[in-house]
Amino acid sequence: MNWINFGDFLEMGGYGLYVWGSLGMCAATVVAELMVIRFRRRLLAQEAGDERATEEHTA
Amino acid sequence: MKSINWFHYAAPQRFYPLAGRLVPWFGTLAVVLTAIGLYIGLWVAPTDAQQGEAYRIIFVHVPTAWMSMVVYLAMAAWAAIGLVFNSRLSSMMATALAPTGALMTFLALWTGALWGKPTWGTWWVWDARLTSELVLLFLYIGFMALHSAIDDTRRADRAAGLLAIVGVVNLPIIYFSVQWWNTLHQGASVTFTEAPSMATPMLMGMLVMALACWMYCIAVALARVRLIMLERERHTVWARQALGTA
Repeated sequence: MNWINFGDFLEMGGYGLYVWGSLGMCAATVVAELMVIRFRRRLLAQEAGDERATEEHTA
Repeated sequence: MKSINWFHYAAPQRFYPLAGRLVPWFGTLAVVLTAIGLYIGLWVAPTDAQQGEAYRIIFVHVPTAWMSMVVYLAMAAWAAIGLVFNSRLSSMMATALAPTGALMTFLALWTGALWGKPTWGTWWVWDARLTSELVLLFLYIGFMALHSAIDDTRRADRAAGLLAIVGVVNLPIIYFSVQWWNTLHQGASVTFTEAPSMATPMLMGMLVMALACWMYCIAVALARVRLIMLERERHTVWARQALGTA
């Protein structure tokens, strides 16, 4: 076991900023990437639905 | 044994449901492996004698750096297949890999900077390894920019595909930069020919995280290629059915 308590774990032997800055950026960008895909999917379904509605309207 | 006819899945409408079934598997594997890898990396692995706890950045730095190159190679290979066989799905795969590859490259550079500051005393140096990795990021960005700048999708596939293939020349430069030039960046930590110089839990943590990174990249690339298939084929019957607008 490397850590005495949670504070010690966060401190990372004085390198907390660097270690958590690395892991944090990885987590943040992964979440962002997944959200972008989800957003694009929703937008596409919406646009396709709108197009369909216009087609039916004009037909 | 029944052989699988791979060409069957070269049609987007057949690959779409297959990819949809694969995404949760790779996604789950990525989550589980990340949990195991972080457990080993943050709890089991001992403090490094020279670098203290700062070395723990290795558990994200090395996997993202590896994947930045692996994803590029995969992207260029799909682009080449797309160019040679004029197959739509191959080019879509190349396009789907680019943002994830760019993300891996960015993370390798970011975590490298955060590792360089406490150990080298600087965020950045124009060293061969770092510079060639930055060039890789620009290649990914160039690929995406070129693809989105051309309206005709098939022409965009060909132009960006050609750029991806030419850019492969940068990969050996990145990989061998630490041998060819005198770099501040250290040599390879793991090689195929020598026994690893790291403590076993450190090596294990790194390899599990690398595997997690593989699974993540596959899952996201498959999820994105499904999206690209729908975007490009939105006026076909199958895509309309998949979008729920048929």
